[in-house]
Amino acid sequence: MRRLSPPRTMLLVALALLVAPIAHAIAPTRMPTPALQARYERLIHGFRCMQCQDESLANSPVSLAADMRRQIRQMLLAGDSDRQIRHFFVSRYGYFILFKPPFVLKTAWLWLAPGVLLVTGAVSAGWVIRRRAALAAADENDEDVPGEDGVASPGKHTR
Amino acid sequence: MTRYLIPLGVFAVIALLLALGIHQAPRKDLVPSPLIGKPAPSFSLPSLANPRKLVTSAQLRGHWYLFNVWGTWCISCRMEEPELLAIAHTGRVPLIGLDWKDTRSVALAYLHEQGDPYRKIAFDPGGLAAIQWGVYGAPETFLVNPQGIIVYKYIGPITPGAWTRDFLPRLPAAAHAVAGS
Repeated sequence: MRRLSPPRTMLLVALALLVAPIAHAIAPTRMPTPALQARYERLIHGFRCMQCQDESLANSPVSLAADMRRQIRQMLLAGDSDRQIRHFFVSRYGYFILFKPPFVLKTAWLWLAPGVLLVTGAVSAGWVIRRRAALAAADENDEDVPGEDGVASPGKHTR
Repeated sequence: MTRYLIPLGVFAVIALLLALGIHQAPRKDLVPSPLIGKPAPSFSLPSLANPRKLVTSAQLRGHWYLFNVWGTWCISCRMEEPELLAIAHTGRVPLIGLDWKDTRSVALAYLHEQGDPYRKIAFDPGGLAAIQWGVYGAPETFLVNPQGIIVYKYIGPITPGAWTRDFLPRLPAAAHAVAGS
């Protein structure tokens, strides 16, 4: 490994110190088997911290999140399925606690709205572009055929 | 002139959606509870005053009660305290406290100093009972009917206005409300 110059070393130390509090904010939980560990990790990333709302249970340092992680750990150790654990939290906190809510009637607009907006936007954009193109073409035709006055095309200046 | 009406319509729809969004944004902290209309979660916790005694959901059956989640660390709960004392004084409905993630000695000293509005207080230092109730902040107050069904949930400190507007109309006539224990 190449030797680092003193300023670089200092920079590295400073950067490491910068992330140190984040790394230590949440004490990692050890599950007895790798399979349980993987399920635990996946579950805590899928739940919203209800206090800080935009963070997952995995990333939240607040004590409610710690209690919820403990609840998940206990349920996993008791042999509950992921589905049962999700149901436990949804029945107490609502779909809001899931970062990826299921597609049900109540959440349909949530899932459909982006698609509807995208299609609406694309259709309107296509419509406007084609209309502009048609107007521009009509404009060019106007220059060839005098007397056949078309609609003034917006945004196109004749010199 | 549909040519001009279409963008106007699109604008109106977007403006409406944004207006709804802005209107609801400050209430993002109020997540509606799916437990309303459902049976109150059962629990069995040590009493705050006496660790050898239990406070259980079974003891509360048959009476209306307010289930108030609080803690001495919670500033809003301290703000709410005078109103809780006033509610207790009306005798309309007993207050059952859930002392959430607190220290026993601190909580007892606080109640001794400020006054104790509660009929019973369950002590939940670990916070797992609070999770059963879908609690995500304090104070939160649940109104539970004699059948053990959660009728209403109020998030944040109860104000005199909230008491008359949100709680009183949901309670039965005064004579039935007070139940001895």
